[in-house]
Amino acid sequence: MSLSLVDKTKNFFIEIGDLSYFAGRFFKEVLKPPFEFKELLRQCYHMGNRSLVLVSVTGFIIGLVLTLQSRPTLIEFGAVSWMPNMVGISIVRELGPVITALICAGRIASGIGAELGSMRVTEQIDAMEVSGTNPFKYLVVTRILATTLMLPLLVIIGDAIALYGSALVENLKGDVSFQLYFNKVFDALEYGDLIPATTKSFFFGFTIGLVGCYKGYYCKKGTAGVGVAANTAVVFASMLLFFVDFVAVFVSDIFYEL
Amino acid sequence: MNDNHILQMKQSTGFQDSMPQENVVIYIKDLHKSFGDNHVLSGFNMKLTRGENLVVMGKSGSGKSVMIKCLVGLMEADSGYIEVMGKEVSTLSQETLDILRADIGFLFQGSALYDSMTVRENLEFPLRRHKNKLGNIVDTTPMVMEALENVGLAHAIDLMPSELSGGMKRRVALARTLILKPKVILYDEPTSGLDPITAKEIIGLMRSIQKKYNTSSLIITHDVDCARVISERMILLVDGINYAEGTYEELLKSQDPKVEAFFKK
Ligand SMILES: Nc1ncnc2c1ncn2[C@@H]1O[C@H](COP(=O)(O)OP(=O)(O)OP(=O)(O)O)[C@@H](O)[C@H]1O
Ligand SMILES: [Mg+2]
Repeated sequence: MSLSLVDKTKNFFIEIGDLSYFAGRFFKEVLKPPFEFKELLRQCYHMGNRSLVLVSVTGFIIGLVLTLQSRPTLIEFGAVSWMPNMVGISIVRELGPVITALICAGRIASGIGAELGSMRVTEQIDAMEVSGTNPFKYLVVTRILATTLMLPLLVIIGDAIALYGSALVENLKGDVSFQLYFNKVFDALEYGDLIPATTKSFFFGFTIGLVGCYKGYYCKKGTAGVGVAANTAVVFASMLLFFVDFVAVFVSDIFYEL
Repeated sequence: MNDNHILQMKQSTGFQDSMPQENVVIYIKDLHKSFGDNHVLSGFNMKLTRGENLVVMGKSGSGKSVMIKCLVGLMEADSGYIEVMGKEVSTLSQETLDILRADIGFLFQGSALYDSMTVRENLEFPLRRHKNKLGNIVDTTPMVMEALENVGLAHAIDLMPSELSGGMKRRVALARTLILKPKVILYDEPTSGLDPITAKEIIGLMRSIQKKYNTSSLIITHDVDCARVISERMILLVDGINYAEGTYEELLKSQDPKVEAFFKK
């Protein structure tokens, strides 16, 4: 079944509308007791645990590669001593949050989409509802909160490991001590770099959890539906992440000018 | 308060003549439900009295699951009147609905065990929110054990659902349904997907539970053997309405081709 461009655009906006409604429901339910603290902790642990290794490895390689690639150019300009500043700022402000978020979109959003999707298909969500537990609260609210809280943490860990990777290159190739390297990085960074980046990470986490839950919760019947839910969750989440990133950079730029 | 008020309003606007009596547990009148152009239910009526075993039979896709989901408020009917234990379902607030649901057991078609939880956690799950019904229970283990012993699976308490066979899953699901000691149990195809021997075991369990706790049961099935053994009264759901009603023997004798189609071997 192939849809015309008009239909596709229409569906996209319908989807955005549904997603906003879903987000609205989240904000309504998140403040209402009873709170599912135990399940929230379990989800936080689960999500952090599931993506930590991946985020660390990717972070390390990004730091390594970024430094190796830019060394020749910086040497040409005689500016290799600016390496920590450049790498530090680009990782903390942009690369760290975006790459971590994209990895988590692949890992967490698809996981949530598939998990909730199969719970929907096998009537587990209905079973929860008839046993007196609000499934939206128990499943959706806890997961969105967990991703919102865990993503900034993962970003910080990813950043640190990326900087370590970069420092390693400088240490081996340029005889810069780790201490000197990190001193320079911290000199270069300002709160104006850290605060927008961290705030952005919270929004990234929220987006990932929201899209994963939305796709899973409204999963179509049948096992094929679960695959579709997991798949579209990743695509939709990644797309939205760039949009959120764009808005975040735009907004923080306005603040920067002030 | 508010709910009662609405219920009385309904009663005073022409529902009196057909109002259910004291011993009616479930009462459905003129239930309609469609999905787009797919008219699934178009005027279904049903009455389940206390202590009765009522079987609703219908082809696959005839709307049996839809009907039972409307009953517990999982789906919203387009129109019609549904009353469960004296309360009109569509007018209840979330809290009152949850309290009512504690008295209704629901066995799902595919067992619907939570597959991230052990058997014990599965059984404890309904207890989380229905503490008001049971008082403040500290230790749930005796309740879980009792429910599991009822279905003969006490040894499986620490297994995960993925480690159980289909028949065991169905039995655990039955135990989970029983743990709140419901007054009515709704069975959505309790024997589907099981071999005849396991199906017989499940039917045996259903009967023993019925005797032990004196529950009323609404059983949805397309398994004629199951219907013969367990039903006191049967309703055939055809074309979205209660097409025929009666005991198994009465329906078996019917000359109507649509009814005969159910019993043909
Ligand atoms: N959520 C839904 N959205 C759209 N259509 C639905 C939905 N649920 C059920 N239907 C449709 O309603 C009809 C009846 O479905 P239902 O699940 O009640 O059948 P059933 O009688 O329980 O069949 P079975 O014996 O196979 O379980 C089907 O045609 C189905 O496609
Ligand atoms: Mg069904």
